Amino acid sequence: MRVAVLAGGRTPERDVSLRSGHRVMTSLNDRGHDAWILDPGERPLVEALGERPPDVCYLALHGKEGEDGTVQRLLDLLGLPYTGTAAFECEVAFDKLLAKDALRRAGVSTPDWVAIEGWALRDLGGGAALGRAVERVGLPCVVKPSRSGSALGVGFVDREADIAPAVMAALSFSGAAVIESMIHGTEIAASFVGSPLDPLPLVEIAPKAGRYDYAARYTAGATEYFAPARLEGGVEGAAVGEAARAANGLHLRDLTRVDLIVDRAGLPWVLEVNVSPGMTETSLLPMAAAASGMTMADVCDRILHAARDRT
Amino acid sequence: MAEFSIDRFVDRYAARTSGMSASEVRALFAVASRPEVISFAGGMPFVDGVPREEVATVAAEVLREHGATALQYGAGQGQLALRERLTMLMATEGLGADPDDVVVTTGAQQALDLLGKIFIDPGDTIAVEAPTYVGALGAFGAYQPRYLHVEVDQDGMLVEHLEEALFRGERPKFVYTVPNFGNPSGVTMTLDRRQRLVALCREIGIPIVEDNPYGLLRFDGDPLPCLKTLDPDNVIYLGTVSKTFSPGVRVGWALGEPSVAQRLMLAKEAADLCGSNLTMLMTERWFADDARWRGVLAGLVDTYRARRIAMAEAIAEHFPADAACTDPHGGFYLWVTLPPWFDTKAMLAAAVERRVAYVPGTAFYADGRGANQMRLAFCLPTEDRIREGIARLGALLADEEHLYRSIHG
Repeated sequence: MRVAVLAGGRTPERDVSLRSGHRVMTSLNDRGHDAWILDPGERPLVEALGERPPDVCYLALHGKEGEDGTVQRLLDLLGLPYTGTAAFECEVAFDKLLAKDALRRAGVSTPDWVAIEGWALRDLGGGAALGRAVERVGLPCVVKPSRSGSALGVGFVDREADIAPAVMAALSFSGAAVIESMIHGTEIAASFVGSPLDPLPLVEIAPKAGRYDYAARYTAGATEYFAPARLEGGVEGAAVGEAARAANGLHLRDLTRVDLIVDRAGLPWVLEVNVSPGMTETSLLPMAAAASGMTMADVCDRILHAARDRT
Repeated sequence: MAEFSIDRFVDRYAARTSGMSASEVRALFAVASRPEVISFAGGMPFVDGVPREEVATVAAEVLREHGATALQYGAGQGQLALRERLTMLMATEGLGADPDDVVVTTGAQQALDLLGKIFIDPGDTIAVEAPTYVGALGAFGAYQPRYLHVEVDQDGMLVEHLEEALFRGERPKFVYTVPNFGNPSGVTMTLDRRQRLVALCREIGIPIVEDNPYGLLRFDGDPLPCLKTLDPDNVIYLGTVSKTFSPGVRVGWALGEPSVAQRLMLAKEAADLCGSNLTMLMTERWFADDARWRGVLAGLVDTYRARRIAMAEAIAEHFPADAACTDPHGGFYLWVTLPPWFDTKAMLAAAVERRVAYVPGTAFYADGRGANQMRLAFCLPTEDRIREGIARLGALLADEEHLYRSIHG
């Protein structure tokens, strides 16, 4: 198949995306496909696709535009098949404001949260309600931008006085902030590939400094990973089940990574879902695939066929 | 069960690498370097102000006339002809020097690393300005010092603060300063402070490292004597052609006592054998034509002066009234201090979203200070782009202030 691997873009996750994209491209070429990188940050996407039309677009973009449905809608308009989740579902999954609601409606366990929009703070006097937010979710809590990836703009708040700066920092990345109860336990990544989505072994994340923040994610050696995760059978099954409920409830396709925390009682909590999980040499989904005996080429080929078979 | 270590050598790295970690700011800079972003972040010289054809001629001449040397290894200390030329360059700032005491380095940045290598043991104290050059923190940091920050005001380093620290028993291995148009502060140390600093350090027996990349980029006023001129024995002087010619040739130098120069040379040879003969020859030849290099430099200074004026005017128009800004008379940088609740690191994402970038203040301190400060480089963007970028930044500051007031009443 002729495959345009969309990677790069204009987000802070540009470099990670390019690394994902190159790895995907190499893997697909190893399988005999004709794959090339197309960086929408370098040249207009529509023009580039017109010059060299692919059979399928493989989406390795991370962050806004690539994961929020923007590129998906454009490809729908062009009538080009693409890997991964459809536009509307991307929009819901990428925006934590919407995704948290959708998860709860799908009966998925997700930490208690409140959301606050920047304009409500600026123009509706919402600042006075921040204290209520802390009352609702308790301390410590986690403040996240509603639309951002890779833990960018995420703040951990232990004291009430720190909530306002954390909200302001999150709003630097996005128009709204989600304030979430902090669950103490084991961080787990549940990856799925194919159509229908097949679970890969769980990966356990053990950041050495305690918190899985940006530095812990992208500094080699700052975090230890165990695949499969060191969970008891029943707990593992519950985590996979909860992650699958999240992926299906949000109508995700082809590939996804669901991030969870298993609390000290063994209960799984879904933190978020990713429609374009990292595919770099240090990413979680490839780690899970390796633990199941799949190569990167197996994984990418499977994702590609899932997209093609839809057309 | 498999334990995945993303880095198989993770347990083998030296302790000095522990501070080297991924950061959100670095990720944002990847976007900030895109052409649609007006970047006040990097201190990138205006290399379009250096006539490329003439440089090409110089390069061709060097290869034609000294090809065998240009393509060969060279002496660790650097070519004698270049060292002589560099002493001439220093003389234009009133600094007398012997070419034997000069060690040519890969930019002055390498001299910082070599100084760290020959002076700093883990746990040693190094005195630096607050704020100080981020690249010095990085270079010295690999040798695991403890930093003693000395405050800076509009007249440069507050020498009495250093004196107080010494009185308390602090004994830094050396004092590092950028006395002319400092990076990031933009301020220049007054003559009185220079005299007090060299007298104090001489009395206690603490060497000074004088880093002078911007001295020749003076917009107005008279040049002040180098610290090295005031005390030739106790000051190690660092120079570079990065700002007067090109950072691409990677030619800097250190000037020190013969004993220091010898150690630097041995450290330099251990690090990379020698600098690039090709670019050293080019640099020597570039500065051999007195009228040419002075003419080009005068053009660069005119450009930077106009850009600095454009930036200061735009800041006066667009920034909040309670934002304080330094008043540099040369160099590349303006240093802005905002009300204490601003967090310029957190705000950078929103700035990049609005297609403008700066360096958050925390980068220039070793102790976490500077959250409400930012460095703005006026050297590269055109005056129009500077005005537009400052307007974008000003609008962002106003929005942040509105948000802060909304939250805090």
